[in-house]
Amino acid sequence: MSAIATAEHPEHLAHHFDTLEQQAAAAKLGMWLFLATEILMFSGLFLGYFIIRMFYPEMVLEAHEYLSKTAGGVNTVVLITSSFTMALAVRAAQVGDQKNLIRNLIFTIGFAGVFMVVKYFEYSAKFEHGMLPGKFYHAWDHGYYIEGLPHIFFGLYFCMTGLHGIHVLVGIGVLTWILLRAKKGEFGPSYYTPVENVGLYWHLVDLVWIFLFPLLYLVR
Amino acid sequence: MNLSTLFLAMAPAKDAPLPPNDAKGGPWSMPIQASTFAPETDAIYLFILVLCLISFVGIIGATLYFMRAYRRRSPDQKTSSITHNGKVEFLWSAIPAVLLVVIFLWSEVAFMKQVVPPSDAIDIRVKGQKWFWTAEYPANPGVQLNNEIIVPVGVPVRVTLTSEDVIHSFFIPAFRIKRDAVPGRYTTVWFEATRPGDYNLFCAEYCGDQHSEMRGVVHVLPLDEYEAALEEAGRLELEQGESLAAFGERIYTRKGCNACHSTDGTTKTGPSWKGIYGADRTFADGSSGKVDDNYIRESILEPNAKVVAGFTPQMPSFQGQLNDDQITALIEFMKTLK
Amino acid sequence: MSDKSKGSVAPDVPATEPSFWEADKGLASWLFTLDHKRLGVMYLVSTMIFLFVGGAAALLLRTELLTPEGDIFSATVYNKLFTVHGAVMVFLVIIPSVPGALGNFLLPLMLGAKDVAFPRLNLLSFWVYTLGAMFFLYTLFAGGLDTGWTFYTPYSSTTGTSVVSATLGAFILGFSSILTGLNFIVTVHKMRAPGLTWNRLPLFVWGIYATAVIQILATPVLAITLLLITIERTLNIGIFDPAMGGDPVLFQHFFWFYSHPAVYIMILPGFAIESELIAVHSRKHIFGYKAIALSSVAIAIISFLVWGHHMFVSGQSELAGVIFSFLTFAVAVPTAIKVFSWVATLYKGSIEFNTPMLYGLMFIFTFSIGGLTGLFLGSLATDVHLHDTYFVVAHFHYVMMGGTIIAFIGGIHHWWSKMFGVNYSEKAAKIGALLVFIGFNMTFFNQFILGQQGMPRRYYTYLPQFQQQHVLSTIGAYILGAGLLWTAIYLIHSLRRGEKATSNPWHGVSLEWHTQSPPIQHNFHGTPVVTSDPYDFPEIDRTGETDRH
Ligand code: HEA
Ligand code: HEA
Ligand code: HEC
Ligand code: CUA
Ligand SMILES: [Cu+2]
Repeated sequence: MSAIATAEHPEHLAHHFDTLEQQAAAAKLGMWLFLATEILMFSGLFLGYFIIRMFYPEMVLEAHEYLSKTAGGVNTVVLITSSFTMALAVRAAQVGDQKNLIRNLIFTIGFAGVFMVVKYFEYSAKFEHGMLPGKFYHAWDHGYYIEGLPHIFFGLYFCMTGLHGIHVLVGIGVLTWILLRAKKGEFGPSYYTPVENVGLYWHLVDLVWIFLFPLLYLVR
Repeated sequence: MNLSTLFLAMAPAKDAPLPPNDAKGGPWSMPIQASTFAPETDAIYLFILVLCLISFVGIIGATLYFMRAYRRRSPDQKTSSITHNGKVEFLWSAIPAVLLVVIFLWSEVAFMKQVVPPSDAIDIRVKGQKWFWTAEYPANPGVQLNNEIIVPVGVPVRVTLTSEDVIHSFFIPAFRIKRDAVPGRYTTVWFEATRPGDYNLFCAEYCGDQHSEMRGVVHVLPLDEYEAALEEAGRLELEQGESLAAFGERIYTRKGCNACHSTDGTTKTGPSWKGIYGADRTFADGSSGKVDDNYIRESILEPNAKVVAGFTPQMPSFQGQLNDDQITALIEFMKTLK
Repeated sequence: MSDKSKGSVAPDVPATEPSFWEADKGLASWLFTLDHKRLGVMYLVSTMIFLFVGGAAALLLRTELLTPEGDIFSATVYNKLFTVHGAVMVFLVIIPSVPGALGNFLLPLMLGAKDVAFPRLNLLSFWVYTLGAMFFLYTLFAGGLDTGWTFYTPYSSTTGTSVVSATLGAFILGFSSILTGLNFIVTVHKMRAPGLTWNRLPLFVWGIYATAVIQILATPVLAITLLLITIERTLNIGIFDPAMGGDPVLFQHFFWFYSHPAVYIMILPGFAIESELIAVHSRKHIFGYKAIALSSVAIAIISFLVWGHHMFVSGQSELAGVIFSFLTFAVAVPTAIKVFSWVATLYKGSIEFNTPMLYGLMFIFTFSIGGLTGLFLGSLATDVHLHDTYFVVAHFHYVMMGGTIIAFIGGIHHWWSKMFGVNYSEKAAKIGALLVFIGFNMTFFNQFILGQQGMPRRYYTYLPQFQQQHVLSTIGAYILGAGLLWTAIYLIHSLRRGEKATSNPWHGVSLEWHTQSPPIQHNFHGTPVVTSDPYDFPEIDRTGETDRH
C-alpha cells in the first residue's frame, strides 16, 4: 500500500503523512503516550508493593536484607551509564556523526548485557537459597529464617525485577535493530526519529530501575 | 427529616398481615420492612424514584413533543440556527447537581447509622463457607445454627462476619442489609428487627456452584420466646418417644449436613447419602473400602483421612461438635436411606 | 455530490477510481491490509460475530431461568454461561466494537486524513485482538471459566477452571485496546486537515478521543492486575489470596480502578455516535457543542475517582464509601448535560424518522433509564440493599445494551451506505428496530423489580416468588434475539441485493460525506480544506437570524 508513495515523497515519508515534520511529531507523541502506559503499568506493581509493605513492614525490612546491595548498586551505575551513552547516540544521530552513533549504540547494548549478567547471578543466588516466589519459597530448607510471610516479598521482587528485566531484554532487541539500521547508514540529521524513540524507551527502563533499586534493596 | 415522613407514607404498609415469605409485599414493590433501617432506605429509594420519574418524564415528554412538532414535513424544511444557550445550559447543570447533593446527603446520613452498632447489641458470629452459613452466639456457648439465625424483636443485633474459603455476602432483603464475609477478615453489620416472622437470608456474592443454594432463614421472635428458642436450638438430644433414626434426621438438618449431602441421590458438594450404608467406596488415594460404622465415624471426625474419589476434601471436621450418641443416631438415619 | 454544502470543501471525486473494496484483491490483501477502512470492516465483522456468541450464551442462561429449579444445565454450566456471556460481551464486543469498527473506519475520513497515524500499529492491534480472542475461545474449549467477568479473588485463584488462559486473553486484549487508543490520540492531534480546528471536530471524534484517553490511562492497570492474578494462581505469591497472607479486597480495588473507567470506555463511543445521529437526522446544529465535547473529557477524568462504588459493602472503610458515593454523583452531571443537549437539538429541527434516527431516539429512552438507575446504586443506603441483585444487572444492561449497543446499531445503519455502498431495506429495518425496542425493555425492565425485591444475581436457582418476572424476561430476550437476528439478515441481504447508495444520503456536512460511497483507497483526492463547523447544515435557516444565540 505504501507503494503509492510517489516521487514527490522523501524516502522515509509514509504515504499518509504530508510532511516529514508531521510524521516525526506523530511518532514522538505516540512514543510519549506509550511511555505513559508503561509507567502506569509499573505503578500498579508499585502500589501493590506499598500496600504489602504497609501490611508487613517488619517482614519487608528483614527480607530485603537478603538482596545484594552491591549487585543492585552496580546495576544502577551500569544502567545510568547506559542511559548516558544512549543520549550520546541520539545526539550523534542528530548531527549525523555515524561513527559515534554506532559506537554509542554498541556501548549501550553492552551495558544492558552487563546488567542482565549481574541479574543472572542475583537470580541464581535466590534460587539456590530457596528464596522463590509464593508457594515455591523454601528458604528455611537452606537455613534462612525470615519472620512473617517472606514469600510475598520475594513474589513481588521477582514480579517487579522480572518485568523490568523483560523490558531490558526487549531494549536489547530494539537497540540491536537500530544498530543494524544505523550500520546501513539510514539515520542522519533529517531522519533520526527511531533512534530518538528507542532512546526515550531506554531512559524509561533506566528510570524504572532507579525506583526499583531503593524500594527493594534499600528499604530503610 | 420531614421529607422522609412524606415518602414513608407512600412505602408499603408496615403492619400488613405477616406473609409466609418476605417478598410478598406485592409483585411491584420492595420486600416487607422488618428492620429499623428498612423504612428509611425505602423512603430514600422512593425519593430518588420520584426525582428520576420527574426528569425522565420531562426528557421523554420533550422528546416526544419535538418528534411530533418538528417531524420533517418537506424535504427542504428549514431548521433553527440555535447553537447554544448559556442560561439554559447553566440551569440544567446546576439543578441536577443540587438534587444529587440532596440525595447524597440523605443517603449518607442513613448509611452512617448502619455503620456503628449500639453498645448494647447482642453478638452473633456468622461464618460463610461453601455453601452454608454457621451462626454462633458467644453469649450462649454451644449453640450452633446452620443456615438459620434466631434474633429477638426490638433488640439491636451485631453480626460479625467472616468466611472460611471465598467471599460470601450476608444479605437479608427484609432488613435492607448486606455485608460481605471476607476470608481472613472480620466485617460487621448490625440491625434491629421490628416484626416477628421468618425472613430470607441470601448469599449475595458469587461463591461457586451452590451460590444460589446458600440460603437461610432468619427467625425473628418476640423477646420472651427468644431465649427459649436459643436454648432449644442449643440442645440436640434424643427426645421422648423419638426413634434414633428420626433424631439422626434432625441432626442432619440442624448441623447442616444437608448443605452438602442429599438423601435423594443428587450429588452436591459431598456424596449423597442415598444407599450409603454398606456401599463400596474408592478413595482419592486409590484404596477402597466399605461404608460401615467405623468409617462413618472417621468421616465425621476426620473427614480428610479418607477422601471419596471424585470429591474435594471440603468437609469440615465435626470433632467436638457431635457426641457419640449423635453420631450413632446419624448412622441409624443413614441406614434408613435405601 | 448534488447537495453540496457551503461548509467544508473537498475536491470533487471523479467516479473513476476504484473504491477501497476493489483496490486490492485476494485474502492477503485483507489480512495484511494497512487500510483503516478495511480494518474497520474486519473489526465490525468480528465484534458482530462475538455479539452473537455472547448473545447465544445469554439466551441459553435465560432459558434456564424460566423455572426456579435447575433443569437444563448443571450449576457449573450455568456459572460458565454467565461468565462467558459477561466476559465476551465486555472484552470482545463492547470495548473494541465502536472504536475498532466505526472509529477506525471514520476517524481518518472525518479528519480529512489518508489514514490513521500508525497504520502498521493498527494492523497489529487487530491481530492482537484476534490473538486475545483465541485465548478466550481456548478457554471455552478447555473447560470454560466460572469466575464471573469480575475475576474476584480468592474464588478465581482457587477454582478449578481455566482462569489463566482467560486472564491472559484479557491481558492481550488490553494491549490491543491500548494500541488503538494510542493510535487514535496521535491521529486526532497530528492528522487533522487544514482548517479543522479543535472546535470544528465532529463530536464523534471528540467522543472517540476521550475514549482513547481512558483506554491509555486505565488499561495498563488492568494489564498488571490480570498479570498478578495469573501469577497468584501459578505461583501463589500471596498478594490477593488470604490463605497466603494477601488481601482479597485489594484485588477488587485493582479491578475496579480499571473497570469503572472501562464502563466509560464503553459508553463514550455510544455518546459519540448519538451526537451524530441526532444532529444529522434533524438537520439542526447540535445544541451545546462545547458542553458536549468538554463533558466527555470531564467524564474521562472523574471516572477515575469513583471505582469504590462497586465495593460499598465489601468491607472498605466507610469514609471511602462516602467519598466514592459523592464522586459518583459528580460524574452524573456531565452525563445529564449531554442528554439534555441532545433533546434540545431536536427543538425546531427537521426530524426524519429513518432507522438510524429511531435508534438515536431509542438511545435517549433506554440510556436515560440506565443512567438514572445508576443513581440508586450510587446512593449508599439504597445500594446496600440493591448491590449484587438483579437491579444492578438491569442497570448495566440498560446502559451497555440499551446505550452503547443500541447506538452502535444506529451508527451501523447511519454509515452503512458509506461503508458498503448499498442501502438496506428501510421497511425491514423499522421492523427490526421495533422488535429490538420491545424485546429489550421486556427483558430488562422487570429485572429492576426483581432486584428491588431481593433477587440476587448469578443465581442458578431461585425462590418461586420470582418466577413471574423471570418468565417475562426470558420471553423478552427471545424477542430481542429475533430482532437482532432479523437485523443481521436484512443487512447481509442488502450487501447482495441492496440498491446502490449515493455519497451523501442524509445531507451530512462532516468530511466523511464528501467522498464517494464506499470511499476510494486514499479517502480523498488531495487534502480537503475545512472552512466551517461540522453541524452547519444547508437547511439551517439563517435569513432571519432571529433565534437567540
Ligand atoms: C456503559 C456502561 C455504564 C455506564 C455508562 C454506567 C453509568 C453509571 N453507573 Fe454503572 N455499572 C456498569 C456499567 C455502566 N454504568 C456495570 C457493567 C456495572 C456492574 C458491574 C458488575 O458488577 O458486574 C455497573 C454498576 C454500577 C454500580 C455498582 C452497583 C453495585 O454493584 O452495587 C454503581 C454504583 O454507584 C453504578 C453507578 C453508575 C452511575 C451513577 C452512572 C452514571 O454515569 C449515569 C449517569 C446518567 C444519568 C444520570 C442519566 C442521564 C441523565 C438524565 C436523564 C438527566 C437527569 C439527571 C438527573 C436529574 C441527575 N453502576
Ligand atoms: C455489552 C454487554 C452486554 C450485552 C450486550 C448483554 C446482553 C444480554 N444479556 Fe448480559 N451481561 C453482561 C453484559 C452484557 N449482556 C455482563 C457484563 C453480565 C455480568 C456477568 C457476570 O455476572 O459475571 C451480564 C449478565 C447477564 C445476566 C445475569 C446472569 C446472572 O446474574 O445470573 C442476564 C440474565 O438475564 C443477562 C442477559 C442478557 C440478555 C438477554 C442480553 C441480550 O441483550 C442479548 C441479545 C443478543 C442476542 C440474543 C444474540 C443475537 C441473536 C442470536 C444469537 C440468534 C439466535 C436467536 C434467536 C433465533 C431468537 N446478562
Ligand atoms: C462443606 C460441606 C460438607 C458438610 C457441611 C458435611 N460434609 Fe460430609 N462430606 C463432604 C465431602 C466433600 C465429602 C467427600 C470427601 C470426603 O470424603 O472427605 C464428605 C463425605 C462424608 C462422608 C463419607 C461419605 C461417603 O459416601 O463415603 C460422611 C459419612 C459424611 N461426609 C458425613 C457428614 C455428616 C454427618 C455431616 C454433618 C454433621 C457432614 N458430612 C457435613 C462435605 C461436607
Ligand atoms: Cu456464598 Cu455466594
Ligand atoms: Cu462503576
